[in-house]
Amino acid sequence: MRVIRYIIQKEFKQIFRNRMMLPIIFVMPVIQLIVLSYTATFEIKEVRLGVVDMDQSYSSRELVSKFQGSPFFKLVNFSFSIAELEKEMQKGDLQQIVVIPQNFEAAINKGENPKIQIITDAVNGSAASLMTYYTSSIVMDYNRQILMEKQPLLTATTGIRTPYQFWYNPELDYKNYMVPGILVLLVTMIGAFLSGMNIVREKEIGTIEQLNVTPIRKYEFIIGKLLPFWIIAMFDLAFGLIIAKLIFGIYILGSVWLVFAVAAIYLLAVLGLGLFVSTITETQQQAMFLAWFFMVIFIMLSGLFTPTESMPIWAQWLNTINPITYFMRFMRQVILKGSSIMEVMDEIISITVYATSMLSLAVWRYRKVN
Amino acid sequence: MQSAISIQNLSKHYADNQALKSINCEIQPGELFGFIGPDGAGKTSLFRILTSLLLPDQGQAKVLGFDVVSDYKAIREQVGYMPGRFSLYQDLTVEENLKFFAGVFKSNLAENYYLIEDIYQQILPFKHRRAGKLSGGMKQKLALSCALIHKPQVLLLDEPSTGVDAVSRKELWEMLHKLKMEGITILVSTPYMDEAAKCDRVALMQKGKILSIDTPTNIIKAFPHTLGAVKSPLMNPLLQVLKQSKLIHSAYLFGENIHVVCKLGIDFVQLEQELISKGVVEWQYQIINAGIEDCFMELMNK
Repeated sequence: MRVIRYIIQKEFKQIFRNRMMLPIIFVMPVIQLIVLSYTATFEIKEVRLGVVDMDQSYSSRELVSKFQGSPFFKLVNFSFSIAELEKEMQKGDLQQIVVIPQNFEAAINKGENPKIQIITDAVNGSAASLMTYYTSSIVMDYNRQILMEKQPLLTATTGIRTPYQFWYNPELDYKNYMVPGILVLLVTMIGAFLSGMNIVREKEIGTIEQLNVTPIRKYEFIIGKLLPFWIIAMFDLAFGLIIAKLIFGIYILGSVWLVFAVAAIYLLAVLGLGLFVSTITETQQQAMFLAWFFMVIFIMLSGLFTPTESMPIWAQWLNTINPITYFMRFMRQVILKGSSIMEVMDEIISITVYATSMLSLAVWRYRKVN
Repeated sequence: MQSAISIQNLSKHYADNQALKSINCEIQPGELFGFIGPDGAGKTSLFRILTSLLLPDQGQAKVLGFDVVSDYKAIREQVGYMPGRFSLYQDLTVEENLKFFAGVFKSNLAENYYLIEDIYQQILPFKHRRAGKLSGGMKQKLALSCALIHKPQVLLLDEPSTGVDAVSRKELWEMLHKLKMEGITILVSTPYMDEAAKCDRVALMQKGKILSIDTPTNIIKAFPHTLGAVKSPLMNPLLQVLKQSKLIHSAYLFGENIHVVCKLGIDFVQLEQELISKGVVEWQYQIINAGIEDCFMELMNK
């Protein structure tokens, strides 16, 4: 125990003497939370819309006014030429074009089915589907209005209506979704990068040699090396949660203790990964690249930006070995939904198994001799 | 008496070179023992094996009776090691480094302070300075203090005098002699032949082999040839002539002189006659006693 204390003491001295460490610990969480939460949003507002109204009738103008009245759309161009608007879409000035054909009103009056055309810039697939969704709901809405005018008795009582409610995130605020994810990212980065880099640094500057000839036991060294970063990451999680509350008003609906207890286990997995990286690399540069390689893949797969359920099957399989996925799901469940321990038991078990195996692998790989 | 260090048929090779080729050596307790040889002789590999940092391919080595492979834990308690490259924490202060290493050896600064007092006294004014900001000689004194803080029975110093000024080198050797008085067995490696004389015994190493193990005096005594230091205004042409002479065993530049080693049974009178007959007149010679370096050259050529 005394030896571990000496190592931890030394680590903290070195950590706080490193000019980069304090900003990393205190500034990184704030910047990540603020920048990522506000920028990584999928909400689409003010879609730049172009309208070709060939009909110029009362009905067509009424439909157009519905788009004008929606906060999701901003009418930027009226034209009689589809070709002209297509050119603008090509340039990127328009995101969506609505084409109302001639005889639109006439077709309605005759009881026929008039068609309108919607052209969407689908370079960004998920944005495109959202835009199309918004457009079609406006058109549907208008459709219902026409039906009601024509057959007031019929529509008032018949037809399927789909009123919807959004639970857990009623205002569909993307920040609610992002903030817990970014907290996960934060804790993961500190655990995986700093710990691994720290050990490799000792290798690189040769101090490990002097340390290895001492009677320090392997477990003492590993605990002494990992514990400081465990503490820092836990501290940063608390710090991040406070910022989330102060800036975004997001607080933990579930149990705070549960969040910290599982984060404590999750960190062992991440620190294990960092330790493992340090055993197979010789320089900080190598360690950085290797950790970065793992992290980018794991973070992208974890569902930080896109739901894991919509990923291809092979990616979902890959996700079963991705610790970040489990912790991400856990954090969102407990913070946003207030899930109880039983409801996130699967995630907790997966994280625990991961932590145990990752740490064992790393400890087994770590050698004092070469 | 049991040897402090016993090395038997020890071999180690890396991917493409044989660092140690079946080394044998016995070192007695309390000895100040030098491994002397140029870079690449295998000194560092040998030291790393003895400190249990490197596993040998073949052979056996025991330190204080403990096997370097199976009893490595016991060895780490008893051995002090100062690597050739400065390996302390540059971002910790002098005092913090020392306290840390005392701590991990479950000792404390006060317990063995008497052992390092002489050296530590010299760096005491800088005890709050970070180790990275010390001069070369100071760094080395700190490293030695850290290697001694747990009162090891065996001390291994890998090239302690490389890159250190002449005064610090002299102080280092004085220090080592004092430590020897404490009964500590000391192994030093060095590329400097002139430091051999300061050791009780030396092993001359070259390309992974030990050429000879003996006291410096015996190694010199064993030099069988007549040796002369030759001077001339025209050194290079003279060296060529000497190398071609059938009376000469070997001739090489040594500082400002040429060291000329005569063949067995040949002396400088005969050599002088030959050179005169070849028309070489502008030269003086002086018969000298062989130094370790001459012995080393001789052993290397064997």
